[in-house]
Amino acid sequence: MHNPQLNQHGELQHLITTEGLPKAIINRILDTAESFVSIGNREVKKVPLMRGKSVFNLFFENSTRTRTTFEIASKRLSADVINLNIAASSTSKGETLLDTIDNLAAMHADMFVVRHAQSGVPYLIAKHLHDTNQHHVHVVNAGDGRHAHPTQGLLDMYTIRHYKKDFTQLRVAIVGDILHSRVARSDIHALTTLGVPEVRAIGPKTLLPGGLEQMGVRVFNNMDEGLKDVDVIITLRLQHERMSGALLPSAQEFFKSYGLTPERLALAKPDAIVMHPGPMNRGVEIDSAVADGPQAVILSQVTFGIAVRMAVMSILAGN
Amino acid sequence: MNPLQQFDAEALYDELARQIKIAAPKLDNVALVGIYSGGAWLAERLVKDCQIKHSAGFIDVSFYRDDYAQKGMPAEVRPTHIPFNVDGATIILVDDVLYTGRTTRAAINELFDYGRPSQILLASLVDRGGRELPFAADFVAQSLNLPTNLSLQLTRETMSDHTVKLVLTLVEKDDTTPPTSN
Repeated sequence: MHNPQLNQHGELQHLITTEGLPKAIINRILDTAESFVSIGNREVKKVPLMRGKSVFNLFFENSTRTRTTFEIASKRLSADVINLNIAASSTSKGETLLDTIDNLAAMHADMFVVRHAQSGVPYLIAKHLHDTNQHHVHVVNAGDGRHAHPTQGLLDMYTIRHYKKDFTQLRVAIVGDILHSRVARSDIHALTTLGVPEVRAIGPKTLLPGGLEQMGVRVFNNMDEGLKDVDVIITLRLQHERMSGALLPSAQEFFKSYGLTPERLALAKPDAIVMHPGPMNRGVEIDSAVADGPQAVILSQVTFGIAVRMAVMSILAGN
Repeated sequence: MNPLQQFDAEALYDELARQIKIAAPKLDNVALVGIYSGGAWLAERLVKDCQIKHSAGFIDVSFYRDDYAQKGMPAEVRPTHIPFNVDGATIILVDDVLYTGRTTRAAINELFDYGRPSQILLASLVDRGGRELPFAADFVAQSLNLPTNLSLQLTRETMSDHTVKLVLTLVEKDDTTPPTSN
């Protein structure tokens, strides 16, 4: 089957999703990221790899953390990074997305980092670049609709590997609004590929998508049962902005049943780690005592995220 | 890959260690940094045998190579680890084979992103000639003049008594051998 992310040599051409991403490529990204983590601790936090390359950040949807970490990652690779102000750009004047892409490519763009509320936009751009023979331009999906957020998935894998070393003995629980979460999807595909034997999804029926069992996931509607003896807990933000209709009575109700409190955390293994892709809503999906507690690795995720994005961008730009 | 000749790498190592042992006491704040992978093995041993105070540093030049645009990121990248303060240190950079000088250039550039050493010296088990940049080794066990179709490879072998020995092999490059960057 043709994988649109890979070139004819089987190398990574674009990063669109963790689904179908070969294990060897995931491991290579994580290994390369490890070398970039140590660069963050040096006085000069820059390497010359992407000197002369131009990275365009195209964020059609709001983001602070992801856009900033992509910008830092580009700068630490010595690339020139251009943040497009989409709200004031030509797309709002009626230009089509692909015309915008062609114009930016004519400005010698080497890489597009794309976030869009619509699923499939990064793929559409990658396909367009392929169809128009612009093979030197790479696309990184920085989150598209409910579909995928592969760099978040990969940085979550990096974080899990950092703290737990071996994927093949783990129980990982993903908790909360899985229905609207591209992070959950990217995590599930990567965890499965890396050989995690048990991935659990915990949430109310209204916030769990169909087909989870087919992805090899154990589904729990009861939080206490789902958290029992897990090694890793990934809490997700309640995505009010993507909700239409009455999926939930209220945020307070959600916290009562699915908020991660110290009492619930105690049901997991004593050395379990707590992750969150941010932005985090204290008192909705996570209790402050847990978010600030010793088992939380949420800020490490952010730091590792820069290194993982540097690894992805430098591997792509070299292919 | 076609092995043509084996060198007594242990004897070459002893010679390199002898030279560094004589020089090291006269150097101020001296530290060793080995270039992965051969240079790292050598640096680790030299630190013990030459009574160097600082632990050995290890450098992977992947992020500083000048052929990234042609070859992309190497499949395997190991973290650079410099366990001492580079500012003001006298650094002996250790490589197994000195060839074009491009790896040395990359390693020196990387070291300067850690600080400002007072001096950098270069140690190499073998200088095989063929320089493309203006570098010369300060410590070298053997100098050769090898044609470009030949390559030297340092490996480690575990002996029957569980000791580990260095082995240096001269090989003919074929199409499947990646070009050396030494």
